[in-house]
Amino acid sequence: MTTVDTRIDQEPAPPPAKKVKAHASERLRHERRLGLSLSAPAFLVMIFVTAYPLIYAVVLSLYKYRLTDPEGKEFVGLANYVTVLTDPIWWNDFVTTTVITVASVVVELVLGFCFAWVMYRIIRGRSVIRTAILVPYGIITVVSAFVWRYAFQLDSGFVNQWFGMEDYNWFGGRWSSLFVIIMSEIWKTTPFISLLLLAGLVQVPGELQEAASVDGATAWQRLWKVTLPNMKAAIMVALLFRTLDAWRIFDNPFVMTNGANNTETLSFLAYRQNVTLVNLGAGSAVSVLLFFTVVIIAFIFIKGFRTDLSQVRGD
Amino acid sequence: MRRHLVRARHHQGARRRVGIIAAVAVAAPLVLAGCSSDSGGIPTLTWYINPDNGGQATLAARCAAESDGAFKITTQVLPNDADAQREQLVRRLAADDPSIDLMSLDPPFVAEFANAGYLLPITDPADVAELTDGTLEAPLKTAYWEDQLVAPPFWANTQLLWYRKSVAEAAGVDPTAADFTWADMIEAAESQGKRIGVQARRYEGYMVWINALISSGGGQIIENADQGADATPTVASEAGDEAAEIIGTLARSSAAPADMSTAGEEEARSLFQGDNGSFMVNWPYVYSAAQGDAPDMVEDIGWARYPEVVAGTASMPPLGGINLAIGNFTKHPDQALAAAKCITSLESSIQYMLESGNPAAKDAAYDDPQVREQFPMADLIRDSIDSAGPRPITPYYGDVSQSVQRTWHPPASVEQPATPVETDDYMSKVLSGDRLL
Repeated sequence: MTTVDTRIDQEPAPPPAKKVKAHASERLRHERRLGLSLSAPAFLVMIFVTAYPLIYAVVLSLYKYRLTDPEGKEFVGLANYVTVLTDPIWWNDFVTTTVITVASVVVELVLGFCFAWVMYRIIRGRSVIRTAILVPYGIITVVSAFVWRYAFQLDSGFVNQWFGMEDYNWFGGRWSSLFVIIMSEIWKTTPFISLLLLAGLVQVPGELQEAASVDGATAWQRLWKVTLPNMKAAIMVALLFRTLDAWRIFDNPFVMTNGANNTETLSFLAYRQNVTLVNLGAGSAVSVLLFFTVVIIAFIFIKGFRTDLSQVRGD
Repeated sequence: MRRHLVRARHHQGARRRVGIIAAVAVAAPLVLAGCSSDSGGIPTLTWYINPDNGGQATLAARCAAESDGAFKITTQVLPNDADAQREQLVRRLAADDPSIDLMSLDPPFVAEFANAGYLLPITDPADVAELTDGTLEAPLKTAYWEDQLVAPPFWANTQLLWYRKSVAEAAGVDPTAADFTWADMIEAAESQGKRIGVQARRYEGYMVWINALISSGGGQIIENADQGADATPTVASEAGDEAAEIIGTLARSSAAPADMSTAGEEEARSLFQGDNGSFMVNWPYVYSAAQGDAPDMVEDIGWARYPEVVAGTASMPPLGGINLAIGNFTKHPDQALAAAKCITSLESSIQYMLESGNPAAKDAAYDDPQVREQFPMADLIRDSIDSAGPRPITPYYGDVSQSVQRTWHPPASVEQPATPVETDDYMSKVLSGDRLL
């Protein structure tokens, strides 16, 4: 109802707006100039710290260049990209990253929604519960990675003892390692997603819930027909943030397996090429490709996000 | 109104003062840094060290005191593991960092650093003689690049075969016998239902093991190593097959530890000290470590030379340790050289061995009565270091090592002749830039 009202308000607006514009053009230009000059320093800094390295990475990716062999620097065009994209390591890491991202984001979304619901509905001990749910998010990822590693490792771990698994080596195989990595991700970042979802949950109008229950909707129907559609925007934002975050996962595999048993992720690959092997040519190519995958994910989500937003607004 | 003005002026003054203080705060470290090393005074050398128990800092203080005011030395501690140490040094040296006067360098990285022009070659024959006289043979090989001394050994290390006397006795084997092989060891451990401690996580320690097996079998990982990217991988050979056979057999046998594919030095040590312990290849630190955390079983620990691959052919144990290099961008090359002479001297080697437990690279250190008392296996360590097989000396060492580690992990998948053939194929593609690592 309210959305329709705002639209009616907005529609007749354009004609007077034009008048105002003509009238206050001097002042408007002044303000615009002020705005530009105020934001210019920040803009320049951004250009310097993000655009410059980005362009430099693209340039480097066209060379065969190793930091420890500066004289061997040679222009090779797109050869590095061909090497990377035809290499099984890239695709292996791609699959690993996809598995981690999809598995952790899906579980986190469901769990995070449950937590958000609890945080929203709880009346007694609200602050204690909210704090307790947020604690894992306050722990540094590297620290949590070490905690999980020690918990599952054979010589120091307690997990095998708890579940009677004797000397099962969790980090000895690809899927068992990925299981631990994903569990650790979920434990660590579910609070983040639940916080974003809580913000969405709070915005669902209470009248709609009341109207639905008066009409005889069950709790399940209210969840699917009222609550979820009304917080679609919040869900999409949470998904976008978490997916991009999960896609760039580095700490957990680095600490737990160091990439062994096919548990290397794409950021880890970029790190190894650039920092460990100082192979700046191929490393930059990996980084640029990683950047493109991030852009693609963001693009898909933003498009999805937009359509959903318009649905919420009802146009 | 007047009061207002006064306050405003006051304010302005205060702001200006803050500005001046900020400027001084920013500039001070720069100016001070300049003072400490250049203007007049005693030059301060910076020595980038790998973490230890403080032995290198003690040496630094002693050498500075003995220089009669020629230089001071401060130490900067590098990260814990060797790869991270290399990463930090490469980043700094690639930017021509003049603050690196001296560095403690893992021997496999010497060639890469020297080839990139990061190390100051020592050319005067008198200096070379002073830095290398009395140094054991194998570590000395790692000190040169293109026939120039670039990183004299500071201390050296090797692995021994450690065994539980009770287990060996029950199995009826003598690990100290001249022809004790890996096959004998696996059989003995299996017969007693015990496990063998090795390093087979995908890291440099695994490469150490593979290299020792291939060298002991009479082979090598690459030929023409000095040709950099044009070197020829030679893992697919008789010696490579022998090595693959040993690793694969052990990994698939009942003597394999449950965490073999994720085990490093410490995991092997904790297995060895536990109920399933029998044999282990590891560095000498494990002996003093056991005295610390398992004093009851120290009596049961025996040691022997690294096991043989081919019965009757002497093994070539792994070589570790640290070399001392002078940064090529140092502003104090003469003082750095003098400090290097002091740090690598026989006296320092003995002091460092006693204090840190890290074996000396100088032959005569092992005749010192205190060393012999603290290290009952001193002669064995000396012989093992002297006849050790260094890892390939090539500026592309990282590529070579990681190609091997990738294709040989997990150890249970290692087969001969398939694995060595795969390694050669992969390594040559990596070296020519056709494959990623």
